[in-house]
Amino acid sequence: MKTILVPVKMVLDANVRPRVRADETGVDLTGMRLSINPFCEIAVEEAVRLKEAGHAEDIVVVSIGPAKAQDTLRQALAMGADRALHIQTDDSPEPLAIAKLLRAVVEQEKPDLVILGKQAVDDDCNQTGQMLASLLDWPQATFASTVSVDGDRLRVTREIDAGLQILSLPLPAVITTDLRLNEPRHCALPNIMKARKKPLTVTSPSDYGVDTTRRLTILSVRPPAGRKAGIRVSSAAELVGDLRQAGVL
Amino acid sequence: MTTLLLADHDQHTLSDATARALTAASATGGTVHLLVAGHNIGAVAEAAAKLSGVGTVLVADDPALAHGLAEPVAATILEHAGDYDTIVAPATATGKDVLPRIAARLDVMQISDVTRIVAPDTFERPIYAGNAVETVKTSDKIRVLTVRTSAFSPAEAGDTPAEIKTVTVPQTSWRARFEEEIVTKSDRPDLSSAKIVISGGRALGSADRFRDTLGPLAERLNAAIGASRAAVDAGYAPNDLQVGQTGKVVAPDLYIALGISGAIQHLAGMKDSKIIVAINKDEDAPIFQIADYGLVGDLFQIVPEFEKALG
Repeated sequence: MKTILVPVKMVLDANVRPRVRADETGVDLTGMRLSINPFCEIAVEEAVRLKEAGHAEDIVVVSIGPAKAQDTLRQALAMGADRALHIQTDDSPEPLAIAKLLRAVVEQEKPDLVILGKQAVDDDCNQTGQMLASLLDWPQATFASTVSVDGDRLRVTREIDAGLQILSLPLPAVITTDLRLNEPRHCALPNIMKARKKPLTVTSPSDYGVDTTRRLTILSVRPPAGRKAGIRVSSAAELVGDLRQAGVL
Repeated sequence: MTTLLLADHDQHTLSDATARALTAASATGGTVHLLVAGHNIGAVAEAAAKLSGVGTVLVADDPALAHGLAEPVAATILEHAGDYDTIVAPATATGKDVLPRIAARLDVMQISDVTRIVAPDTFERPIYAGNAVETVKTSDKIRVLTVRTSAFSPAEAGDTPAEIKTVTVPQTSWRARFEEEIVTKSDRPDLSSAKIVISGGRALGSADRFRDTLGPLAERLNAAIGASRAAVDAGYAPNDLQVGQTGKVVAPDLYIALGISGAIQHLAGMKDSKIIVAINKDEDAPIFQIADYGLVGDLFQIVPEFEKALG
């Protein structure tokens, strides 16, 4: 294959506990650490490994988000992507709009493979890759835990509810990544410096003729139901007694 | 108003997820049609027809559907989607894989992992690994949802079996090809629906110790076995046992966490359990903050003592 397209999203860092705003309008991101979505990072890593193994020539990363999303793109370039595209917007488009924008990018860049993270750890939608595949009428392999090149096809192991499923896909195709696909590399300073010279183009959603109007109105965002504090027991025997009394044993 | 629900099954047995998603589908209002897509699925269709709240069972039977692949299943649903204003699937691996293809083709947004139906167009769902709950209202005329099955109780058996109708499956050459499946066979209750779950973390130390420590206890309690991401990554347990934000989300009556520290992403998968027990050597492990009963100590000593106390 020639070109791999990797969409990446900037999200609240996965190790930060989210704070819900008291006015119920959303999660407070002010001053919080923002990072590349872990599944997107895995997607970038997989693309870079495919290129290093000689299966691809050109990796394009794209992010749809605010100005700061460029940090995420720079990190992807440092990991080994070749070019970056920033579709700049402060609107947080929904997966449907993201998929439509990505379809326009696919029509421009003509990749053989699009690899995305299976879900963003902020909205947990798990839709964008599948929607893109549908809009393009391409085959898909979601929740990938291994990807290997098999002639002009890809062999993908998927993590499913009952265990593992292996599919063979022709190109072009869409793959979404699961946790165990790879462990992304840390970027050494020389690569971070080199990445500054790699091309990064900035556009906006209106350049693609895509309507990003939201279909869903968020009526409220609230903390989940809390749990009452529990007790410490001092022995297994005490525990069994308590659980029997609680009626679960 | 009619709702189409995609049944979840393994070609032989209807899964518990279907009965739970049916409860959600029924709450969207109107008649519910249950679509069973697969190959040689007569028995599954008959089981589906017995559930309470099903208006009609639609059977799409074709070799192309034998493994639940997204392209043919989505295309089958789309062929018949015109009649429905709501399309629902349980948020199983298949539901998650298939449904967004349908939403995109219908040019509507999908609402994933719904935990409560507030109104036919208004839904609650978890975000940020369940650290927040958002209520969303859709303006789309066709609603496409996946349902978090642990948030709904299963629909029971009805009085009269529903009518079973055969529906067509698009005939075309599909691109993705099924090669192989590696499934863990077990006599244990299904992790997603078990009343008791015993989960192990990386502290178990090896696949053998994981199996030997959790196995007999799970057997004794007729429990399902789960695992933290760390335990699966380390190879102590297969991927289908992973409980967490991006693994299985469970809400059993009793969840016993053995040697699990309680990362945000793990809690996302089990914090709605009725009773949570944590056993860990580290008294500062975050899991103790959400446990109803916490026991600090060496799990390899405590588990045998626990079994002894069970009698």
